[in-house]
Parts: sequence; C-alpha cells; structure tokens
Amino acid sequence: MSSSSENPAPKSAGLSAFGAILRREFAGYFRTPLAYVFLAVFNTFAVSLAFFVGNMYEAGVASLDRFFLYHPWLWAFLAPAAGARLWAEERRQGTIELLLTWPITVWQAALGKFLAAWLFLACALLMTLPVAFTVGWLGDPDWGVILAGYAGSLLCAGACLGVAAVASALTRSQVIAFVTGFLACFILVLVGYGVFDELFAGMLPSGMVDEIRRLGLWRNLEPFTLGLFDLRPAVYFVTVAFSGLGLSTIIIERR
Amino acid sequence: MALIEAKNLSKSYGAIRAVNNVSFSVNRGEVIGFLGPNGAGKSTTMKLLTGHLRAESGCAIVAGFDVSDQPVEAKRHLGYSPEGAPAYGEMTVREFLRFAADLRGLADPAERVRATLELCRLNEVAAQTIETLSKGYRMRVGFAQAVIHDPAVLILDEPTDGLDPNQKFEVRRILKDMAARKAVIVSTHILEEVGELCTRVIVIAQGEIRCDESRERFLQRGEDLNQVFRKLTA
Repeated sequence: MSSSSENPAPKSAGLSAFGAILRREFAGYFRTPLAYVFLAVFNTFAVSLAFFVGNMYEAGVASLDRFFLYHPWLWAFLAPAAGARLWAEERRQGTIELLLTWPITVWQAALGKFLAAWLFLACALLMTLPVAFTVGWLGDPDWGVILAGYAGSLLCAGACLGVAAVASALTRSQVIAFVTGFLACFILVLVGYGVFDELFAGMLPSGMVDEIRRLGLWRNLEPFTLGLFDLRPAVYFVTVAFSGLGLSTIIIERR
Repeated sequence: MALIEAKNLSKSYGAIRAVNNVSFSVNRGEVIGFLGPNGAGKSTTMKLLTGHLRAESGCAIVAGFDVSDQPVEAKRHLGYSPEGAPAYGEMTVREFLRFAADLRGLADPAERVRATLELCRLNEVAAQTIETLSKGYRMRVGFAQAVIHDPAVLILDEPTDGLDPNQKFEVRRILKDMAARKAVIVSTHILEEVGELCTRVIVIAQGEIRCDESRERFLQRGEDLNQVFRKLTA
C-alpha cells in the first residue's frame, strides 16, 4: 500500500465507477440460476404465444407482428422480475450503505444498475432472433420492419423496467417489488385495450379517455411492428423509462 | 487541520432525537473509541459523518470536504465499514475487493486487491463467496473494503462485534499498524478495547456527548470501567 489517499483518484473516476457498477450488476444476473430460468421462460412464452395463441404460422404472412403483439404482456411480467433486485436487494443485504458511502453519485449508481438490467433484457430479446430467421426462411419479410419491431420491443422493455425500478426503490423485499412493479405494468397494458374506459368515462371528458388509452403499451409498440415511423411512441417509451429511473434515484437519495 | 470534524450535528427519527448537537474533531494519528449503550446515537453519528444520512443541522467535514456539499471528494478519502459489515454475498472475496477497487478508480486495482488480501489475511478465502464465510472472515472483508484505498479517514462501526478473542486481536493488530497515518473512529461496546486500541474516548448517550477525553484520563476515572460507563451514560 504505497500511495496514500493524499493522491486521490483522478477526476475520470466517475466513469470507472459507473463502469464497475454496470459490469457487476450485469454479471450479477448470471451468478444465480435465475437468469437462465428467466431467459428460458421469456423465450418459451415469446415463441409459444406467437405460434399457439397468435396463430402466426397459420396466418401465412411473413411478418412478426403477431410475435410482437404479446411482448407488452411478457415485459410487464418479466421486466419487474429482472428489475426487482435493483434496489430491494441492496437494502435487504445492507450493501446500500456501502454503495452510497463509496465515491459515486446516486445517479451514477442508478444509471449503471438500470442499463445493466436493460442489457440483460436485451439479451433475452436477442435470443428470439431464430424466430425472425425462420420467417425469413419461409417467406420474404421486410427486414426493416422486423428491425423496427425489435427496437420497439426493447424500448417497451425499458419502459417496464423504469416502472420496476421505482417499485424496487420503495421496498427491501424483492417479492413486493416484483408484485407492485408487475401490477403497475399490467395496468399500463390494460389501459391500451380500453379496459378502464367505462370507469374513466364517468369522470373525465371523452377526449381525455382517448388520450389515456394512448398510454397503453401495445398502442405504442404497434406502430413499430407495422413499420410506421412515428416519433411519439418512441418518446413515450423513453419518457416512461427515464422518469422511472429518475424517480427511483430521487427515492434512494431521500431515503 | 483536523481530518474529521463534526460541527453541531443533529438528526431525528420522527419524534426521537437520535443525535443532538454533537461536535468533535479528530486529528491524524488519533484513534477514537466511540462508546455508548445501544441506541445512544453512535451509528447515527457515523452515518452522518460518512454521508449515508443527511444531518438536519450542523455539518460533517472529512479530509477538508463537506460531506453534503462535496460528497464524492469527501468519500474518496473515507473508508467506512457499517455495522455488521454488509457485503455482496454472492461475490467471492476477491471479486468484491476488485469491485471496490474499480469503483474507486484506483490506479493499480489488481495490486491493491493483492496487498489488501495480504494485509487482512484473507488469502485463504479469496476464492470463496462471501455468504459462505464465517462471521470473523466476513467482518475482515468489511474491514478490507474500507482500507483498500489506504484512506486518510477510517470509520468502523463495531468492527470486532461477534469475533472470538483471536480474531479481535487480529483486527486490533491491523488497526494499530495503520493508525499513526490516519484519523480513525471505532465504535464499540467492549470497554477493554479502549485501553488496547484507542488514544481518545468519546462517550455518547441519548444522542449527546457525555465525555471526550484522552485514554489516560478516561482510565483514571475508576478501576471498574463498567461502573464508569454506567455512570456516564445514566
């Protein structure tokens, strides 16, 4: 231990701290069998929903829109599962006290954790690429549309993860974090199918009811899967993702 | 210049005043024995000094940096092991220390990890996950992450809690070796530790400082330290 703290780390230490968090969190998913269970569940459901519920094969169209149709449901369930540990686990183990007394801002820690979780969800999504290749082998799909669908699904995952991050920041129990995160995402899915329209119709002007319906996850994912270029759904997903990230950071800062 | 300064620190949990107007400063070379009954405000004071909690009033200064105004700078000079030495249980000792070194942006992280494993005598368990370790080793891992960057300020919340006599001796030996170059605060409720480890004693009870004096003066208060302690904290 030659050099002492009289020569503290350089200013670029912020970046290395962020990188260290990102690496640790991402590797953390693969330290337990949970990650592999997660990847298996995601792929099984993504594929079987598309083929057995969405009748993707029988439809005889070389497109993935019936595959992406179920992604909001999958992310609503699995993003909270992957995001539950973000802060709840730090609180349960008491390591949050270490993390927040190390030379790092809460923002750096929160962003590192969030991006690691998002990256993990991206891995799950990438593992479904054989579905796209199958469609390409059977027919002649528009690859631009498929690419847009994947981008939309990834953004949708980020939005659900933002919700999950807030749920995780509020509790020390991963189970509670998962259940509340799932419920919140589930509501975002249902809103888009007009489930709450009658409830809102009694309280709000009809224009507002339509606007609320636009907040549904599938409503925003659908344009991507049809290859319609529209900035609004992308802005919607990114806004939900980063509002969740910001809110979870504020909750942790004010604990 | 004092390396640690607590200026009129106060903190409440709801209606309970956990720390009330606490002030003291610690210079290089001093090892403060921070004594007090459970719930006296020892841990809360340490959490205020390390920036884990925000003080309602007053300020904490570590190595010249205000903990709430320049938290990252202050924390670079700070090593802290919270009560119970929490750590990421699923990581191995080596991985955990490497993470601490990387997060701190240390110049030669691999060398720091090696030196710290050596210093804290953790080599034989370096490849084990932390959750499989005995309490003695876990406490040493907590200590190791606090000293990996050789900080000027070291704050340890009950570092010898639950250790057997040999392990306690070991922790004290390491602390003594490095104490001359640092400002150290060690909380404990083991009174014998005062004589063996500390240069100065601060007794806190009901959130207030009851006594702040050199080890020699404290030891002169009476033969029976338990009685001295009871009188001071009553």
